[in-house]
Amino acid sequence: MAEPVTHFPASPSKSAFPYLLGAGFLAVLAWSLYTAQVDPRRLFEGDALANAARFLRGGFPPDLSAEFLSQMIRPAVETIQISVVGTLFAVLIGLPLGLLATSSLAWSGILHERRAAMGRWVLGFLPYAVARGLLSVFRSVPEYVWAFMFVRAVGLGAFPGVLAIGVAYGGMLGKVYSEILEGVNPRPLETLQAAGASKLGIVLYGLIPQALPSLVSYTLYRWECAIRASAILGLVGAGGLGQQIELSMRFFKFDEVVTLLGMLLCLVGAVDFVSGRLRARLTR
Amino acid sequence: MRPSASETNTRPQTETVPPRPSGHDHHGWLAPAGFVALIVWSYRGTGVDLAQLVGLEGVRQIAAYVGGLFPPDLSWTTLQDAGIGAVETFAISLVGSLLAVGIAVPLALLGARTLLYRGVLFEARPLAPGVWALRIGISAGAKALLRLLRTIPEILWALIFVFMVGLGPFPGVLALAFHTGGVLGKLFGEVIEGVDPRPLEALQATGAGRLRIMLYGILPQAAPQFVSYALYRWEVNIRAAAVLGFVGAGGLGQRIYVTINLFLEHQLLTLILAIYAMVTLVDALSAYLRRRLV
Repeated sequence: MAEPVTHFPASPSKSAFPYLLGAGFLAVLAWSLYTAQVDPRRLFEGDALANAARFLRGGFPPDLSAEFLSQMIRPAVETIQISVVGTLFAVLIGLPLGLLATSSLAWSGILHERRAAMGRWVLGFLPYAVARGLLSVFRSVPEYVWAFMFVRAVGLGAFPGVLAIGVAYGGMLGKVYSEILEGVNPRPLETLQAAGASKLGIVLYGLIPQALPSLVSYTLYRWECAIRASAILGLVGAGGLGQQIELSMRFFKFDEVVTLLGMLLCLVGAVDFVSGRLRARLTR
Repeated sequence: MRPSASETNTRPQTETVPPRPSGHDHHGWLAPAGFVALIVWSYRGTGVDLAQLVGLEGVRQIAAYVGGLFPPDLSWTTLQDAGIGAVETFAISLVGSLLAVGIAVPLALLGARTLLYRGVLFEARPLAPGVWALRIGISAGAKALLRLLRTIPEILWALIFVFMVGLGPFPGVLALAFHTGGVLGKLFGEVIEGVDPRPLEALQATGAGRLRIMLYGILPQAAPQFVSYALYRWEVNIRAAAVLGFVGAGGLGQRIYVTINLFLEHQLLTLILAIYAMVTLVDALSAYLRRRLV
């Protein structure tokens, strides 16, 4: 009897990697399930079900009394305002840092071909590294932690919310701005340089026209995220609808919670709609 | 219309360039003006005093606070506490993201119009009108459910689940799973509806049934993007998991909440550094997995 063929030279390499990855993943998962104390039974125990029923019974019908609604207009408006000013702050923080953190603007590539290595290093690379580090810290600390800290630093109200969105989203905007600017097509820049354009000319007529739609579009997207954030930053005392949701939850007024969630849904939907329309116009 | 002399000279009008609609120019300045008005209105409404912020007072307050955070508390007990919190946060983000995929995939499949009632799959054998209407209803229902899941932010889900099952990391897992399930369900659905139809048509032309077209036409196109989106949401969720503890859902957030309220600034900085380390680690892991898998 012929030996069974065990080796196919043309078959893809029998790497152990998928198995190692799979085994490692399962181990980490099992350990995570244990650490996170995941126990589906807890969802169906008496307490949990009774609490859920209590929430739903208390939540419906939602509180739609004119008195409550009129009281909530102000926090809802504040939520929008925080998101707008917060995004503005984020641009004010993210744009300069993002420009510094763009390698093609700071130290490498076509703009710096004729500069001495030393000057490139000191004037370009050092600010670049510092800006990257700052952006990384800004965006790695979640906006709620920022809000919590700013509430401690400047007191309750809308201001800490604005600052928190400004810093956290500034970090994200700066990083994405720099990626957009680094990702532009280099050929128009080279053409401009070959035509004798100055550095400013290359930036103004080569870089910015290519990058602007993406920059604006991403900023609008972040604004959509900011309204969600500003709605809940209030949970730590930074104004807006979140503060009301927390209060109502704390006093077990679930009919108010459901109303507030409905308002949040409408707000987020409205901002998504406006921002989506604007972005569709931009990218057309 | 903006008939500028130079433009007409360099680029003569041809039939291929349609004239701009006359309403366009109104919107040209209306949108920016509205935008500026929105910013001014919001700026006044939030009571932010930029002059105060830039002019020392606000900056000094913030600088004093940030300065007070240093140096981080690196004593063994604090490090141990931060380590346990970080591990818990990691576990919450991982399990929460996986559960989210488990919620998102079935709902995305049920919501995808191209799987339920229109497109290539239904060209060969159209659906009966009753079935067709039912399927439109199912799709709309699944999409509405996904919208509800993702509109309620993680931290509000956490608030609700803490109320249901009590304190600890488990409500955090559920909160991430529900919100992220809604987000991923939408993204997965868009992927499914957006696959290149040509391979599907080719399969159909060879006589493949609906199931085969799904398995060999849609799935191979969609799977890499599913993985990519799931990894991306994991990166988002490690940040979210770090703050769910504010409402009692375990992890680093719970410890941060305590240290801020008790003014333990040096310990707070240690915990923030732990968040930074976790976020960086997960970003790196996710990037690695994306390179290997997608």
